[in-house]
Amino acid sequence: MPAVTETIDTVQSVTEGAYKWGFQTDIEMDFAPKGLNEDIVRFISKKKNEPEWLLEWRLKAFALWKKMEEPRWAAVSYPPIDYQDAYYYAAPKEGPKSLDEVDPELLRTYEKLGIPLKEQAWLAGVSPQQEGGEGRSMPIAVDAVFDSVSVATTFKERLAKDGIIFCPISEAVQDHPDLVRQYLGSVVPQGDNFYAALNSAVFTDGSFVYIPKGVRCPMELSTYFRINAKSTGQFERTLIIADAGSHVSYLEGCTAPMRDENQLHAAVVELVALDDATIKYSTVQNWYPGDAEGRGGIYNFVTKRAQCRGARSKVSWTQVETGSAITWKYPSCILLGDDSVGEFYSVAITNNRQQADTGTKMIHLGKRTTSTIVSKGISAGRGQNTYRGLVRIAPAASAARNFTQCDSLLIGDQCGAHTVPYIENRCISAKVEHEATTSRIAEDQLFYCRSRGLTQEDAVGLIVNGFCREVLKELPMEFAVEAQKLLQISLEGSVG
Amino acid sequence: MTMLKIEGLTAEVDGKPILQGIDLEIPLGELHAIMGPNGSGKSTLSYVLAGREGYEVTGGSATFAGQDLLAMEPEQRAAAGLFLAFQYPVELPGVGNANFLRTALNALRRSRGESDLDAMQFLKLARERMRALHMPEDMLKRGVNVGFSGGEKKRNEVLQMALLGPRMAILDETDSGLDIDALRIVADGVNALRGPEFSALVITHYQRLLDYIVPDRVHVLIGGRIVKSGGPELAQELEASGYASVQAAA
Repeated sequence: MPAVTETIDTVQSVTEGAYKWGFQTDIEMDFAPKGLNEDIVRFISKKKNEPEWLLEWRLKAFALWKKMEEPRWAAVSYPPIDYQDAYYYAAPKEGPKSLDEVDPELLRTYEKLGIPLKEQAWLAGVSPQQEGGEGRSMPIAVDAVFDSVSVATTFKERLAKDGIIFCPISEAVQDHPDLVRQYLGSVVPQGDNFYAALNSAVFTDGSFVYIPKGVRCPMELSTYFRINAKSTGQFERTLIIADAGSHVSYLEGCTAPMRDENQLHAAVVELVALDDATIKYSTVQNWYPGDAEGRGGIYNFVTKRAQCRGARSKVSWTQVETGSAITWKYPSCILLGDDSVGEFYSVAITNNRQQADTGTKMIHLGKRTTSTIVSKGISAGRGQNTYRGLVRIAPAASAARNFTQCDSLLIGDQCGAHTVPYIENRCISAKVEHEATTSRIAEDQLFYCRSRGLTQEDAVGLIVNGFCREVLKELPMEFAVEAQKLLQISLEGSVG
Repeated sequence: MTMLKIEGLTAEVDGKPILQGIDLEIPLGELHAIMGPNGSGKSTLSYVLAGREGYEVTGGSATFAGQDLLAMEPEQRAAAGLFLAFQYPVELPGVGNANFLRTALNALRRSRGESDLDAMQFLKLARERMRALHMPEDMLKRGVNVGFSGGEKKRNEVLQMALLGPRMAILDETDSGLDIDALRIVADGVNALRGPEFSALVITHYQRLLDYIVPDRVHVLIGGRIVKSGGPELAQELEASGYASVQAAA
């Protein structure tokens, strides 16, 4: 049943280039009834054919969530969210199946979203010999999550040759239950916070990655999240385990249609790095930010945490946050293993009425653990941008070191930038450094560029990219180029 | 043909009148110098011609190759072939000099209907020009003007000018803060561009620069007006007798 009508592209043309990913795909969907209760949790678990232990796990999370209150300490404001007025499960009627049978409408959607061509070719079911890729640029394996389900995962067989597991988490529950049970919730427990509890109760899909001992993942892994259906939330859960001595680089991207309503995205990402393992996790977050007046847009309330469990393990978070009406997100590292390393590189842009309260937590528990935080906040229009970060050094973390640099750039005079660093040092031999700057794009900088022939928009783009350079250089090449363009698009119309 | 023609130009900054009626004509291929004491309106004139915000034109006209210069945005003036070498070049942290120069050059090429230069083509061209100007290649790798000495900043302006190939350059006190060696390099850069298709307006406080860049005409700007014009010998006279004598005569 291929079916499906043409994609609706009107929104995009009306708003001319502002948000290019705002279209909606018309496809037959399966919904759970609106609202949230135990039955919905059971419904989702049943849909996913989950074992009893996972249903119990979800129900425990739901019970915890009911007793919790929404956090109110972030510097963001929004009307109360009615958690009963949303769908918690929405999936294309045609369930996931082999790649060459994926609904062509979904393929077109991902094509439109500009996922690199080589991946598209593979998504569309091109023959496996292309997969080997002799003489080609390095392929990127993609897990495509559409509303509540993963609709396609590429390069699974190729990765399996190295013992790497890369699949939707719902599939991992079926095929690798022991691994999932061992690690799920081990970094972010069900009751960690309001949104993490909600996610634990109703999470639908997301990616699962396991890199075996000593394996260097031969390609970039990526997940592309797409919210499509109306009045739904997306609650994905990602779990990445890097076993001893392994190495993986993982990317995530996300977009959503333009709508007047606010949609909730409450994800949980857990990373576990064992001895000498390295995980590099990069995000280009481009959820629909709402219109110029602040109507619509995604509430991006996300819990991301890594545990550097093993000695000399390393986790590096790089994020470019351009989308969402509200971002509430603190990718963190628990540095448990001796000599483990945590890094956080962030660019967050707020334009128009966007609000972002984002930062990181670096929890130093092991000896000689080191962390680096580089945060670049850019505010334009009436945007409000807050860096909130915690560096905590436990008494046992002797000779731990942290370096933090927070820079804010203001464009125009109606936006705001705020820096809220918390430092808790309980160790005499630890060293903590914090630097912060706030600057404005100066009129003389713009004039200098324009007198050399650059348009105002190009000048802003150049200056902003210069401001973010230390972060952008941490991104994998393909992503860096995309991110640079995105920064410029996000700031269109912010000056002048 | 006239490259730049200014008639009765008046302008103010923050409501304060600075230019009080400038008349000036620079034919194609000529290099003119404007000399004047501090506060006479030299920098204001250069900013008004380049289109800087906050420099309010209150009367008169300026045409560039026959086009109404004052109606154009700064980037359109650059595209038409006007280049301003800044007295105080601006720092752009994190923006690589090579990237900046290539972006600017390609913006101008596009406005002329030419194709972009890729990174390799650009580097080849830039290295060529830098050798001619005796500039170290590492200037391309550094941030735009960030951590540059005064002399390096001015040389970077001249490099930009050499790369962008304007039809007319305005040099706003490019000699200020330069030692004699740097002055020579800057002068060589300007002289290398001189020819029947290139015009320039050299704004300076001192006669010194004009020993190296010999102008076709010299104008004296005092109190927002051009009070005297003459040949290159006028610069020597000013050096000997000072602005006060001209002011008194005017």
